[in-house]
Amino acid sequence: MPIVNFLKACISIWLKGNKYYWAWVAFLGVLIVSGIAAYFGQIMHGLIVTSMRDQVSWGFYIGNFTFLVGVAAAAVMLVIPAYIYHWEPIKEVVLLGEMLAISALVMCMLFVTVDIGRPDRMLHLFPIFGKPNFPVSLLSWDVLVLSLYFVLNLVIVSYLLYTGFTGRHYNAKILIPLVLISIPSAISIHTVTAFLYNGIVARPFWNASILAPRFLASAFCSGPAILIILFQILRKVAGLRIKDEALAKISELMAYAMFINLFLFGAEMFKEYYSHTEHLIYTKVLLFGVGGTKVHLFTWPALAASVTAFILFLVPKTRKNFYTMNLGCLLIWFGVYTEKGMGLVIPGLTPDTLGEIYVYAPSLTEYRVAAGIFSIGFLIFTLLVKIAMPIMKMKETNPAGIRLVKPHL
Amino acid sequence: MSLNNKPSRQLNRRKFLGDSVKSALGIAAGLAVPGVLSGCGTKEIENFFQKHFLELSPAELKSLLARLERENLKKYGKSTVVSAKPAMPGVLFGYGLDLSRCIGCRRCVHACVKENNQSRDPAIQWIRVLEFSKEKGIDFAEANPYYCAPGSGAGAADSSNKLPAAPPPQLTGEQKQILADPVSQYPLYKEKETEGPGCKVPRPEHFYVPISCQQCENPPCVKVCPVKATWKEPDGIVVIDYNWCIGCRYCMAACPYGARHFNWAEPKLPSEDVNPDMHYLGNRPRYRGVVEKCTYCIQRTRNGRYPACVEICPVGARKFGNLLDPNSEIRYILEHKRVLILKNDLATRPKFFYFYGL
Repeated sequence: MPIVNFLKACISIWLKGNKYYWAWVAFLGVLIVSGIAAYFGQIMHGLIVTSMRDQVSWGFYIGNFTFLVGVAAAAVMLVIPAYIYHWEPIKEVVLLGEMLAISALVMCMLFVTVDIGRPDRMLHLFPIFGKPNFPVSLLSWDVLVLSLYFVLNLVIVSYLLYTGFTGRHYNAKILIPLVLISIPSAISIHTVTAFLYNGIVARPFWNASILAPRFLASAFCSGPAILIILFQILRKVAGLRIKDEALAKISELMAYAMFINLFLFGAEMFKEYYSHTEHLIYTKVLLFGVGGTKVHLFTWPALAASVTAFILFLVPKTRKNFYTMNLGCLLIWFGVYTEKGMGLVIPGLTPDTLGEIYVYAPSLTEYRVAAGIFSIGFLIFTLLVKIAMPIMKMKETNPAGIRLVKPHL
Repeated sequence: MSLNNKPSRQLNRRKFLGDSVKSALGIAAGLAVPGVLSGCGTKEIENFFQKHFLELSPAELKSLLARLERENLKKYGKSTVVSAKPAMPGVLFGYGLDLSRCIGCRRCVHACVKENNQSRDPAIQWIRVLEFSKEKGIDFAEANPYYCAPGSGAGAADSSNKLPAAPPPQLTGEQKQILADPVSQYPLYKEKETEGPGCKVPRPEHFYVPISCQQCENPPCVKVCPVKATWKEPDGIVVIDYNWCIGCRYCMAACPYGARHFNWAEPKLPSEDVNPDMHYLGNRPRYRGVVEKCTYCIQRTRNGRYPACVEICPVGARKFGNLLDPNSEIRYILEHKRVLILKNDLATRPKFFYFYGL
């Protein structure tokens, strides 16, 4: 049975690694155990162990969810430039992007699961078992598109890995349509997630039609940022053939995306401040704090990080320098994580609809559960990359005795 | 370890093992929930496979109500009646609140808590009374929900007999490590609550706006619910099925009136306080992890009675009736008084009308 052999080979690959690999896995393992323990406490006592309350009914969990949907979307959107600019290892770009998307989606689903009050009733979200409020509720749309996108990525990645393993050439007639479907799906998951906020008239901070374009623009920064760093690591340790020009091209695209992101943010600020309605208070929470809110303490560093990254990626010299390029990637992560996470959720909900200000800051349980979920995601990504490495490797060495082919898309 | 509605159920090893065996059964039954969540007794399995309320056959509904009554008896040692009386034909409920009469005493808040079996700890209140200054008018940024209201009767001047608002969010010890002294973030609360026994309502130059579910004709909360756990009944009442809600709180984000409340912890309801006259869609005891809200006292109003808040109001500021009946009091108010609705611009079309009777 080739599938059994494939699974056996996967396990033997996972069990082989140097001390850095094991240290990394052990580190993630500790955080996962801590997160599970914290979640167990949450199951025992209810969501009271978080800092969320009626006044701020969504918090850290949903913020992370929103950010990670962006990562999942953008990882695959990178296939577009890879295709247009004829980067040589397009299969690797597809594979890594989709693997990142799978890991990010697992994290998304886990963040939603830990956020809901009755995870035992999750099945109510799905047809047959439950009663999805489709197409009226945007959350039911989100469940649909996230599930489809997850299955799509899973199929593509499994197919690529499996054909790589068995040494057969993949069937382009199957693969290319799937990849082509996954690109609009990537855009759709992020649009739907933006609409989820966008459609709420009770929250003026979210009820802005600029939200979906902003989500896409910022996602197009954060997703590639992690792939750029990953490409360099894989080039070093696994001999992945990706040219410097391709990396510089990604950086350049990120500069444009960040410009659009900052421009849209500026447009939003103009509208808020020039019209100066009572809705301005939410923007004030974001930028300056109102009644003790703290989110503005992160807004300015995040904005500074985004602007700096934009400049680093705009100037050809710094874009092509690996130190400044990687610095830019880290800055983008910080900037977008803040903007799309707490910088979106907290000002949206503070003050509440009756004007009350509750200062939300995540509880220890929320930090531990979130760290656990991120660790699960990183672990999945690590394991997936480890299986993919022999297949992607350009030089003919492979530890698990896998026959290799080098197909081209 | 289960998510059911038993108060402070302790985990012990035997229980855990017993539950594990049952949860293995549950998984065998094809449940896609983590084993840790499915501490399944037969009750939980029945709960799990319960159909959506609107799809139950009359026989299924009857056995469900009987089951809930049995559960109540077991939990509170009190026999209760859980009805599922449907809407009366030709009825659309509407509410009037006379802003020129309301004195902000919060008697309605506490009558509502008693009638509707709200959790006493953490305190959940469906009515929130906001105090505004006459100078600034209805400006939510200036609203004070935590003003002090004295109690009634002999102890009116005694601070222990106050009729308080639900306190601002209380955090547990663990959270306080991160958020030092959360209550101090509520200057209004501290100031007013420490005003002592002398607190009086109405305060000079202030007026009061009690806010609960506005029973919108176009309810944003119903629109967003991903599982149809909340809907608008034919008599206009927006209801929640506490056995179907997944606790995602999207409706709370969508409600423009802060009318929806979440059971962040196991709701605590002392047996002696249980109101045994219950409705499935209304005041039956809630579970941890689900959302709840005002239902115009569905258990009363579908039997031709007034909501508890209307009955208790000492100044007659609260009016209630059938909007489809041209001779009803509520119709008289709509036709003859100066009426306003909250957040008119959102087009939610509330059936809760504020008016000036004087």
